[in-house]
Formats: sequence, C-alpha cells, structure tokens
Amino acid sequence: MSTPSKPTASESSNQKALITVRDLTMAFGNFVVMHDLNFKINEHDIFIIMGGSGCGKSTLLRHMLGLIEPAKGEVLYGDFNFTKADPEQREAKLRQFGVLYQSGALWSSMTLAENVGLPLEEFTDLKPGEIREVASLKLALVGLKGFEDYYPSQISGGMQKRAGLARAIALDPEIVFFDEPSAGLDPISSRLLDDLILELRDNLGATAVVVSHELPSIFAIGNNSVFLDAETRTMTAYGDPKELLAHSTDHRVRTFLTRGEEEGQNPARNHG
Amino acid sequence: MQAQENHAKPSELSFQRADPSTLVVRVAGDWHLRSGMPSPLLVTRELDKSPKPKKVKFDGNQIEGWDTGLLTFLMGVADICQKRKIELDMSALPKGVGELIKLAETVPEKTGARLERDHSSFIETLGKATISYAQALDEFLTFLGQVTISFAKLAVGKARFRTVDLWVIIQDCGANAFGIVTLISFLVGVILAFMGAVQLQKFGAVIYIADLVGIAMARDMGGIMTAIIMAGRTGAAFAAQLGSMKVTQEIDALTTMGISPLEFLVVPRVTALFLMIPLLCVYADCVGVLGGAFVASTMLHVSFSAYFRETIHAISLTDIFGGIFKCTVYGIIVAVAGCLRGFQCGNSSSAVGDAATTAVVTSIVYIVVACGIFAFLFNTLGI
Repeated sequence: MSTPSKPTASESSNQKALITVRDLTMAFGNFVVMHDLNFKINEHDIFIIMGGSGCGKSTLLRHMLGLIEPAKGEVLYGDFNFTKADPEQREAKLRQFGVLYQSGALWSSMTLAENVGLPLEEFTDLKPGEIREVASLKLALVGLKGFEDYYPSQISGGMQKRAGLARAIALDPEIVFFDEPSAGLDPISSRLLDDLILELRDNLGATAVVVSHELPSIFAIGNNSVFLDAETRTMTAYGDPKELLAHSTDHRVRTFLTRGEEEGQNPARNHG
Repeated sequence: MQAQENHAKPSELSFQRADPSTLVVRVAGDWHLRSGMPSPLLVTRELDKSPKPKKVKFDGNQIEGWDTGLLTFLMGVADICQKRKIELDMSALPKGVGELIKLAETVPEKTGARLERDHSSFIETLGKATISYAQALDEFLTFLGQVTISFAKLAVGKARFRTVDLWVIIQDCGANAFGIVTLISFLVGVILAFMGAVQLQKFGAVIYIADLVGIAMARDMGGIMTAIIMAGRTGAAFAAQLGSMKVTQEIDALTTMGISPLEFLVVPRVTALFLMIPLLCVYADCVGVLGGAFVASTMLHVSFSAYFRETIHAISLTDIFGGIFKCTVYGIIVAVAGCLRGFQCGNSSSAVGDAATTAVVTSIVYIVVACGIFAFLFNTLGI
C-alpha cells in the first residue's frame, strides 16, 4: 500500500472495480430508505456519495462498512463478497479500511497518540516506542505535531477531525471512508481537509469514499459520484460531478448541484 | 413584522356575506400571539350556515398589529377551506402575510413522514408489554452468551483490550467504592441489631444479636447491599459510558477498525467487577458486624470481646463463601446489564440517561430474582 501510484481517471471503464454495490436496498423495518443502488468505485477514485440532508448518505456508508445489514443486495470489495462473509473475514477486511466519522469519534479516554497508536498496537508487532513514533508521524501529516498528549476534549472540532483522519490512516489503508468531512468546519479548515484527502490519494495510493453535501468540496475533489434522491428513494445520477453539472438533465440533480440558483428553482427565495 | 402598538384593540373577527356564495371574514385589531386569538372553528361554524359559501375572502384593512398569531389562524382556516374545496382570497391582507403563507405551503407535506399514533386497547398493550419482557430476557441471555464467548477468547489469549483500562476500571469500581459501601453496610448492621434487640431483650438473650447480625450479613445482606450499591454506582456508570460512546460513534470506530467492542469494552468491565465485588462483599460483611457490635456494646451492655466470640462461633465458612459466591454472581449481572444497556443506547443525549436508568432497574430486578433462586437452591441443598 505504501507504493505511490498515479491516480487514473474513472472514465476508463475496463478498470477493475475496487468496490461494487449491487442491487442494494436499505430499510429500517418496513421503511425503505433507498432501493436498487448499483454502482462501482475504481481504484484511486475519490468517490462522492451526495444528496440532500436525510436522504440516507451516511446510512449507505454504514451499509458499506457492515455496521448495518442490507435489506437486499450486496457489497463487494474486489471479488470479496463482504455482505455474505462471516464476522471474522469481515473483521480482517475492515482492517484494510480507514474511517473518518462525522464527529471524529476519537476514543475520549485516550490521548491523540494513544488513539492513533491503538490500531498499531493491536495489529502490528511494533514496540511501544516505535508505535509512538509512527503515531507522531501520522499526527504530523494532518498538521497536529505536538498534540500527542492532548485528550480529544482539549482540542477543537476541526482538530478532532484531523486527528480522526490520522487514526484512519494509521495502518495505511487501501480505502478511506469519510462521513461528511467538512460538516461543522469553517471554509478554510474544510478546504485544508479536502487538500489532505487529495494528498492521501496521490501519495498513499488510497481510494476515498466521501459522503458530502458541500458543493465546493464535491467539485474540488470528486472524480466520480452517485446522487441519492430522497423523493424517488434511489440513485438518480452517477458519474463525475463536474460532468453531471455540465450535462445532467435530471431536474433535482441540477437543483442540488447549482444550489437551486439556476432558473430560480427555489420558490422560497423569490420574494426575498 | 410590524411594531407592537400599545393601545391596540384586541383581535376582532366578524363575518359578512358579500353575496350568497361569498363569505367575507373581517379581521381587525391586534393579532399578536400573547393577546390570544379566536379559533378557526368560528369560521367553520359560519361555513356551515346555509347558503353554504363557495368562496372565503379575507378583509384585513383594519388590522393594527400581527405576528405568528394571525398566521396560525389563517393556516387553520386555509386547512378547513382546502378540505371543503372552498376558494380562498387573501389579497386584502397585510403585505407579508400572503408571502409567509405561500412560503409555508411551498414544500408539500411529505406523505408517510408523519408519525402515526397507534390506538391500542388495554389487552393489546398488556400483551405487547409481556412480549417485550420476554424479548428483554432473550436479549440479556444473548448478550451474556456473547460475553462468555469473548471470555473464552480471553482464556486462549485472543481477546483484545488495554490492560491500563482494566486497572482504571478496577480502581473505580473497587477502591473508590469503599466510602459508600462502608456507610451502607455499617448502617445495615446497626439496623439489624436494633431489630433483633427489640425481640431478644424480652428473653434476656441479647448476646444472640451477634448471631443474628453475623449470619444475616454473611449469608445475604452483605452481598445484596454491595450488589445494589454497585448497580447504582458502577452499573449506571458503565451504561452511561458505553451509551455516550455509542452516540459519538466511538463504538462504530472500534468495529470498523476490526476490534470487537465486546472484547475491548465489556471484557475489562466484567473482569473488574468480577474481581472486586467479592472483596467488597467481605469488607461489607465485616463492617456490618462492626455496626452490630457498636449497637450491642453502647446500648445493650454486651462487651466487644463477648460479641466477637459469639460472632465467630455463629458464622461458618460455608456461610461466608456462600455469600461471596452469590455476590460474585450479582456482580456479573450488574456489569453485563450495564454494558448491555449501554450498547442498546439510542442516538441522543437523553437516550444515555435512559440507558443508565434501565441499567440500574435491570440489574436490581435480576439481582432480586437471582437471590430468590439462590434462597431456594441453598435451602434445598441444605447449605
């Protein structure tokens, strides 16, 4: 995983899919959140899952991580059927992923160094001193050098997110999942996080799956995406977000990508 | 919205018929929320009078002030009119009112989004409650099974948790609990001694208070009181800790890292309580006996040495170890119930409070049930 490799555009369709979501239906009891989701994520993609608030973006991410079982359909990583795998195989697969949660989800009883160090402690044979060094390095990568011994409650929200990212990349994962990375961040911090995601992809050769509704960030980093529509409860667009903005004919996709400013689609703004 | 006028008239509502099919609703005066407002039902009553109007027209030229109060009234009327398919004319209302109404109606109500309140009969509610109790027991046993599997992994050295966590929890549920355990057990000893004294004094058998207090503490009271203290203190804390970890997605973070939250969070907690509660139980027994001795020596003129000689004579090792065994089982119940409720916690801060409450309730219920079963078993086996 540490060998840097050139990112390639997602257009080359003959590329091997890293993640395949097939006929996925997500439901809570009888309430169907999304149905018939079908998409592929290629290696080195920065894949955006976008859509309005509450349409099931984070739920889709949780399905891909096996935190929720799908009502129907399956998620494949390469040729590995994640949905059908037993818990131990899943655990092994999950170790190749990094996840950055919405609020950082740092373990509040541990310092930043311990947070980043825990996966290293559990899954490598490194000595405590070496673990500390690796943790410092990962924290330095996200701009948190010198904060090793702080507890999560002692640092700001933006720093917590970056520390969460340092933890997510502790084991040099193949795929990093981001749940609304820019939620609650000011535009500058959010931009810095976007840059970090690009750096990760370019230099560590990782693939990123990003749940987001922040348009600037979607256009800045995404090279492939899926749009979840809350009304029809399925995906209504699939492709590079910039292409979608230029060519999509779907009304709701356009409204979303232009913030409803095109043709004044939002009647609530008319009188203002 | 418009500035509040001090001498505004109260809200007024009057009706006129412009022609037989048009009802003119004249709204005038002060239409602020805090000055109270007429009910839209007045309009319904007017609409019921024949000839039934086909159109409702508002006249708001004499409105002196308004806020959400007027809007609420108008929305109410609009609802009624929509149901009866009556045309509504709001053109003669203050500027801004129409815009706000339009804004409120821009997004149509999402079908199926409104939560239905189900009306169920008493029998149905009773049935559902009973089933939910059975499910709760099922959940508890399933969780206990998963915890056992985690301990099996621990036994073969495959479980993952941080030793430092174990020490911290041991300190918290062991040493830090001394104060409260001391107070409660001492008082329980005192109370038992007093209760016994009332009867035993009549026979001049005051010395047997030592037997009474000693046996009661060693066999049951020491263990039960310790367990209930730990349920309120440590069980609730476990549920709140794990619950808030669930809310902040820290538990998800463990799962997606390939670390089992059961091993990482539950194993050290159950282990800590399993190790500490027998010690606390022995300590509670001793303090309880001290409490009894305090009452006997200060108020009933029994000397300390006589009291202790009698106590040693009365209690057998079987009593003590039986008590410790029971208390250890209660301790496991407390730890498992606390962790289970923490894991089941919903995704809000109030859910964390609920988790702590249900953890204590579950623990105490199961402790009492277990105590009953032990009483039966020990009696049958003649222990």
